[in-house]
Amino acid sequence: MSKPSVLYDAPGPRAKVRNALLTVAFVIALALPLWWLLSVLDDKNQLDASRWDPFVTDSRIWTTYLLPGLQETLTAAALALVIALPLGAVLGIGRMSDHWWIRRPADVIVEFFRSIPVLMLMLFANQAYAEWSNIERDSRPMYAVITGLVLYNAAVLAEIVRAGVLSLPRGQTDAAHAIGMRKSQTMIYVLLPQAVTAMLPAIVSQLVVIVKDTALGGALLGFAELLSATRLVASNYSNTIAAYTVAAIIFVLVNFLLTGFASWLEGRIRRGRRGTGAVVPHDMAEETQAGGAGIAAPVLGTGATGAIGATGDQPDPGGTPDGGTPDGGR
Amino acid sequence: MFDFLDLDQYDLFGAFWTTVQLTVFSAIGALIWGTILAAMRVSPVPVMRAFGTAYVNVVRNIPLTLIIVACSQALYLTLGMQMWSDDTQTIAFRLAVLGFVAYTATFVCEALRAGINTVPVGQAEAARALGLNFTQVLLLVVLPQAFRAVVPPLANVLIALTKNTTVAATIGVAEATLLMKDMIEREAQLIPIAAVFAFGFIVLTLPTGLFLGWVSKRVAVKR
Repeated sequence: MSKPSVLYDAPGPRAKVRNALLTVAFVIALALPLWWLLSVLDDKNQLDASRWDPFVTDSRIWTTYLLPGLQETLTAAALALVIALPLGAVLGIGRMSDHWWIRRPADVIVEFFRSIPVLMLMLFANQAYAEWSNIERDSRPMYAVITGLVLYNAAVLAEIVRAGVLSLPRGQTDAAHAIGMRKSQTMIYVLLPQAVTAMLPAIVSQLVVIVKDTALGGALLGFAELLSATRLVASNYSNTIAAYTVAAIIFVLVNFLLTGFASWLEGRIRRGRRGTGAVVPHDMAEETQAGGAGIAAPVLGTGATGAIGATGDQPDPGGTPDGGTPDGGR
Repeated sequence: MFDFLDLDQYDLFGAFWTTVQLTVFSAIGALIWGTILAAMRVSPVPVMRAFGTAYVNVVRNIPLTLIIVACSQALYLTLGMQMWSDDTQTIAFRLAVLGFVAYTATFVCEALRAGINTVPVGQAEAARALGLNFTQVLLLVVLPQAFRAVVPPLANVLIALTKNTTVAATIGVAEATLLMKDMIEREAQLIPIAAVFAFGFIVLTLPTGLFLGWVSKRVAVKR
């Protein structure tokens, strides 16, 4: 145990015995359903080596199905993020405008696309491309998936951009105004460059949500991503359980890498000597924060002030113990 | 313009009612399972903490679509779990709820854990000084305050869940999105149809958000 919780004392002799008993009880409670599941699996011959072997012995399963599927998933996710980012930046900055005729439409667009399910956006885009464009039938699902993801994530990224700019210390704006910068100059030359750094962890985490959402296209639109590839594997090798297990592991690994990268980035930016140390926490992007039309503002408020509070505790970057930072020297 | 809205042919209200039912049942299940997971994650028993952490980190990194499809393909079609029903629609509905509960509970758990962290340390210390044990501290002192603090994030989870129920369409639950797919394939009026369904979801999510926003102000612990 790393550190004692405030919820309970450091265990004494009786607590140690009780914890040991609880451990045993819990392991049994966990093992019973597991054992039952395994026996059911065994009854249906799902544990036979023949169903799991192909993943090791038959390389075609990877080269024909899973890896191309994963590639499609990652391509769609990357494209969606790259296209959604500038859109989200424009919307996010629009929401902070002083002019109501820019602010209101941006508000409406963001709230609208955040309250519509991504799957509906994808279905809509798919049909729209079928009716009003000459995109080939084969590539239509990819276009539809990316369009749906872009519309939704532009709205989410708009909020991240806004949180990023709001997380910067107020003095940055004041200083920019003091040297005679206009509002647009302040935004473009002072706030945005710093906000981009602050937003990076949240943006990387948003990739996790995007990667997960690509699977929607595979299930309903026939987009050839990892989940549809898994379906093909499951039917070709008649190993449903094994195929879905492997697909789940691949998704978990990819998303673990992304989450890990995001929190590493967050820690690095927080500790960074350059910049203000402002950072939008990477879990800001999580699905729990991204929902919601009506309550967006208060929740965002807590997220943003949380970020400010957290950065407020950081030592002033100029005053780090090792003193002679490159910036400080100049 | 809205002449495609032939309610005899398309059961629009029935579809949205299914969406609402999916949301409500999944929300109740996720709240219970998520609370249990959160209790495990802060419990004094290391094995429980490890299980809670592993469950949350693994399950929420799997796409919901994969979970729902796997529930249908693996649990029902391969293992023959019928969820105590013979009707395919009912089976699909219950499998979907099972998948939503398993997935959404991870977000409920994380929200609650954050809520537990907002309770001042002194509260738990005082409770322990009175001689309460872990279960009592958690149930009587910490969790009630944590729940009041996490109404806004839980509202977000609920709204995300409402939107996520569309994924049930992938296993043939007759909810709103499946009907929309059906309608836009048969009727040549994409924009009005999409507008109707978009409006339906806004009607579902917007009041939820406003209402729970009001609730969170009412119940907030003033410190």
